[in-house]
Amino acid sequence: MRPVSYSRVRDVATAIATVTADAGAAYLAGGTTKVDMLRIYAEASQRLVDINDLPIDHIEVQPDGALRIGAMARMNDVAMAPLVMERFPVISEALVLGASAQLRNMASMGGNMLQRTRCTYFRDAEASCNKREPGSGCDALTGVNRGHAVLGTSKHCIATHPSDVAVALTALDAVIHVQNTGGHHAYPIDDFFLLPGGTPQREHPLNHGDLITAIEVPALPVGRNSLYLKVRDRESYEFALASAACALRLENGVVAEVRLALGGVATKPWRARRAERALLGQPATRESFARAAAEEMSDAVARPMNEFKIELAQRTMVRALETLAARGDVS
Amino acid sequence: MVASHLPDAVQGPGPVDVVLNVNGATHVVRIEPRVSLLDCLRDHMNLTGAKKGCNQGACGACTVWVDKRRVVACLTLAIACEGREITTIEGLAENGILHPMQKAFLSEDAFQCGYCTPGQIMSAVALLAEGHAGSDAEIAEWMSGNICRCAAYPNIRTAIRDVRDGVGGVGSAAR
Amino acid sequence: MSTAIGRPVDRVDGLAKITGAGRYSAEIALPGLVHAVLVTSRIPSGRIGHLDTYDAERAEGVLAVLHHLNLPKGGSVPALLPSLFGAAASGQTFFPMQDEVIHYAGQPLAVVVADTLDRAEHAARLVHITYEHTPAITTIEQGRDRAYEAEKIFAGFIPGRITRGDAAAGLAEAAETVDLSYHLAANHHNPIECSATTAVWEGDRLTLYDSTQGPNATLHTVAELLNIMPSHIRVVTGYVGGSFGCKAMIWAHPALSALAARAVHRPVRLALSREQMFSGCGHREEQEMRIVLGADRDGRLTAIRHHKLSPTSHFDDWAEPSLSVASSMYACDNYEGVYRLIKANTMTPTFTRCPGEAAGMFVMETALDELAERLDLDPLEIRLRNYAETEPGTGNPWSSKGLRECYQRGAELARWSERDPRPGRERDGNWLLGWGMASSAYPVTPPGGPQRARARIFADGSAVVQSSFADFGTGSATVMTQVAADGLGLPLERVRVQYGDTDLPNTAAAVGSAGAGMVSAAVHVATTALRDQLIAQAVADERSPLHGADPGQITVTEGRMHLRERPDTGESYAELLQRANMTDAEALGTWNPPSMMGTGYGTMTFGAQFAQVAVDPELGLCRVRRLIGVFDPGRVLNRKTAHSQLMGGMLWGMSQALLEGTVMDPAGRWSNASLGEYLVPVNADAPDVLIETVETTDTVVNPLGVKGIGEVSMVGTAAAIANAIWHATGRRHHRLPITIESVL
Repeated sequence: MRPVSYSRVRDVATAIATVTADAGAAYLAGGTTKVDMLRIYAEASQRLVDINDLPIDHIEVQPDGALRIGAMARMNDVAMAPLVMERFPVISEALVLGASAQLRNMASMGGNMLQRTRCTYFRDAEASCNKREPGSGCDALTGVNRGHAVLGTSKHCIATHPSDVAVALTALDAVIHVQNTGGHHAYPIDDFFLLPGGTPQREHPLNHGDLITAIEVPALPVGRNSLYLKVRDRESYEFALASAACALRLENGVVAEVRLALGGVATKPWRARRAERALLGQPATRESFARAAAEEMSDAVARPMNEFKIELAQRTMVRALETLAARGDVS
Repeated sequence: MVASHLPDAVQGPGPVDVVLNVNGATHVVRIEPRVSLLDCLRDHMNLTGAKKGCNQGACGACTVWVDKRRVVACLTLAIACEGREITTIEGLAENGILHPMQKAFLSEDAFQCGYCTPGQIMSAVALLAEGHAGSDAEIAEWMSGNICRCAAYPNIRTAIRDVRDGVGGVGSAAR
Repeated sequence: MSTAIGRPVDRVDGLAKITGAGRYSAEIALPGLVHAVLVTSRIPSGRIGHLDTYDAERAEGVLAVLHHLNLPKGGSVPALLPSLFGAAASGQTFFPMQDEVIHYAGQPLAVVVADTLDRAEHAARLVHITYEHTPAITTIEQGRDRAYEAEKIFAGFIPGRITRGDAAAGLAEAAETVDLSYHLAANHHNPIECSATTAVWEGDRLTLYDSTQGPNATLHTVAELLNIMPSHIRVVTGYVGGSFGCKAMIWAHPALSALAARAVHRPVRLALSREQMFSGCGHREEQEMRIVLGADRDGRLTAIRHHKLSPTSHFDDWAEPSLSVASSMYACDNYEGVYRLIKANTMTPTFTRCPGEAAGMFVMETALDELAERLDLDPLEIRLRNYAETEPGTGNPWSSKGLRECYQRGAELARWSERDPRPGRERDGNWLLGWGMASSAYPVTPPGGPQRARARIFADGSAVVQSSFADFGTGSATVMTQVAADGLGLPLERVRVQYGDTDLPNTAAAVGSAGAGMVSAAVHVATTALRDQLIAQAVADERSPLHGADPGQITVTEGRMHLRERPDTGESYAELLQRANMTDAEALGTWNPPSMMGTGYGTMTFGAQFAQVAVDPELGLCRVRRLIGVFDPGRVLNRKTAHSQLMGGMLWGMSQALLEGTVMDPAGRWSNASLGEYLVPVNADAPDVLIETVETTDTVVNPLGVKGIGEVSMVGTAAAIANAIWHATGRRHHRLPITIESVL
């Protein structure tokens, strides 16, 4: 790791002012991404501003029924919050299936939104990577790309977004609350995560000094009948090859409401809007689930090593939908 | 916007005095801010119970507690632990009396080479405190952040069950 | 008389491990200790264009930057000789940083030494290297057209072509044949402790704290590399955080740590990073195998043709002996085995748990299942019909063989006969369930020279037993205590053992599942010699109650020598020694193992394995629900540690089947060189494992009849799992690991 200086802040305004004023500064929250990135020279902050003492770690219900998760709430605390488990099992499950218990004790929810891809070429500071070093090329295109994305890719980047919980939050139309020296901004989560396009280095709309303060999940009754299905080689402690966050409400055997998002196969947490549209009003059958899943993946672009993901993602969606449908008509 | 408080003084990047509470005792170490809690314990405090297996949060051998929560010390900066309570395997036995989990690991042969063992034990004790030792499947899932290359996993689960159930002469549930 | 041997005694080094007090080789606190970090090659083939150390040398805390232009030249690179011989055991006949030529990615090009680890690591990034690339071959696919039949492999010990009978004729007369091609991914050992050496010079004396399976192998290898006298080197190996073969041979880092320490006049610690573990201490090579089996209508094998193709380094013709055990598993008169190699830009592959046996037996045991299917035979039945009553090839009798009992007991435990033999019949929700089985076998190989231990008893009746071997989690220190207690006739708590230090009596490296056999033999010889010496002293001592007795009629219980028939006649060791004004007595025991060239017997450990798997064919998931293994390891010295090791081996086999594979990047580097990307099992992957042993008496292999258990249990597990996947789904798999995309 390069030499780095350190200071600790205890309130949000100071945190923002401190980082904003120093182009070389960065926030240090749980450290599970930041320390890793610095150690492998994928990032180069000169100063770390420790925000672990910021009082923004509450998990609470808003008057309108929305769930508000403070950015510094730890993954495990959110996963185990009765409120979350009851109203949004998909969030709780996505969290528990991510990382390990130790990492979940450390990692903050805000930090999770900013975690970096596991692409080996991004992580190898000397490889060509447009995300790490714009214009340097993309070794993943011709390299080992089994784990890479098939949706939302560009000729500049095929790195998979690594988060599980962001997929759940995307399915639920969460809102990312950000504060900076200019005030407060709220980003619908689907606008927060950017496609790589020609600027894979730009993963979100935040500017230097912007601080995520909270994540808000709108009140959504269908969230109670939701799940997160994660498919991977190893039974635990591994990133997804494909995952689906899904919430479903049936009325008389017909899809009345559905939320579907994909992880492990896309360059950002992938809201499966095409599939959702194809499902609404359709009978809750394996056939219509499969048709919708195929529709979602119809534009997928595979590389030789990750072609299986197109099929796997469809089957993952179908399994998630079938599982929820089998839980019965909860309308 | 006016900052309501000044930040704590900027420290580093050169060596600074860091005050750490480890296993109930206060230590002052002179380290650079980039030094991880793991390297600080091992190289600067001569507490080598927490092990280095990957240095990137992928094995769990460095599991310690910070404010009673299990974390990986390799991705924790030592300086960020000022004012927090750090517990390592060296602080688990009390007055020389082994923790029941340590005894259970020994009697169930829940290790071979022993290198992941301190991390496994720190994780296992925390697991019980968290209430995640209900079934074997739950134990397995919540212990999956600690890799044992000797693959003593079934014996690790048995040791945890022993302590949970207070059987095998290892005493009642921990903590 | 045996009271301690066999008991499930807790590990003697357990307390140090559960308290964190045990010091591994990168944990030795020494005044003035500094840190060395390797800088390694990015490219697999070429030359260093320019190596710029300017920034690194000026970085904070840096003491030295060593590279090919300033590294002191020492002695010579020892021959590649398995460390079981007890001599120098270089993992490859190449020592880095001698010139600017690059042979493989990850080759050490420089060593940076600094006062703290962070500073050394950062300075290592500041060594700027430009490269001149030359074309590289790093995979089978790239080098297929350059393959050649090896004259010899495996350090020259195994011919590249092995035949008996006439395979072509045997196949021509076969009623049924299978002809199958396999691909097995490269594997890396990944012990959780990375390799590390701490080097300290005192004048011209060198002490190395080294994480190794063979402290003496380190000693001899470094002595040759540095051209210094072996007597001037001491290697200490207190605790080793796993090895699985990557610490069986000696690689560059111990010698480099010594050179670095000499350069900076300070104790130096050199620990490989996890990433460097993928190119710093060998690997199991990628391999392709083709097997052709022929059988008559009754399923009796008429021929086996088994060929292997794999990449090796430019320096050494190394292939793990994948064909060996598979060639002598079953009775078959016609056999042809061929090793073909490709010179590649990798380091020399090396021993990896079950080197060859795990790979070759995967192929044999899955192919045999396919043959059984075609012949409509039960998989267990075809194995029984080809049961080798004598060693195939030589016709030698087996020194012991309990395989029939293993099959029988395993089948009982798995309720094998109750399964519906047809595939795809059993379902549990989304999961298809299946059972499979396979045979296990692993050779019992004696070490290459005399193995020694020293036993010393004090006048109070307590004893210290010493031997130089390292215990890297195998339990050798624990069984050594048990063997010593029985040899001396002492209670366990009166025996202390000392090991892991080349200043102690010589042993070879504990490799090839030979550790327990050789250590127990040496300790048995030493302790019984000391016992007999004290009995002789008592018999000769006029003041002893045993004076004039027949030594053959004297036994020792709880430290007291007495007549076997009249236990009241006797005295303790302590009484004898104290009366003679002796503070202690000691004996050196030397075990001369049988010749490596053959005992006139076939010597193998056998076993039978059964696996139940659950396959979710839609999602491509395959999870193991149950593993059952029954083995015939000869004498079991400690039931507890033995079961742990057998269990570990089986879970390694599961991992071989479903998870492990290192993938070469097109740039010629391992692409998944981390524990996040190279998948090993986590707790949730590991099913409960049921293990039993069939104890066989073996009077050939060593004095206590210990056949070894470290590896046999990995042999066959992957095949049992693959056979179970077929039973669950009706699909055969010929690539390892069996991944989601291949199951989909």
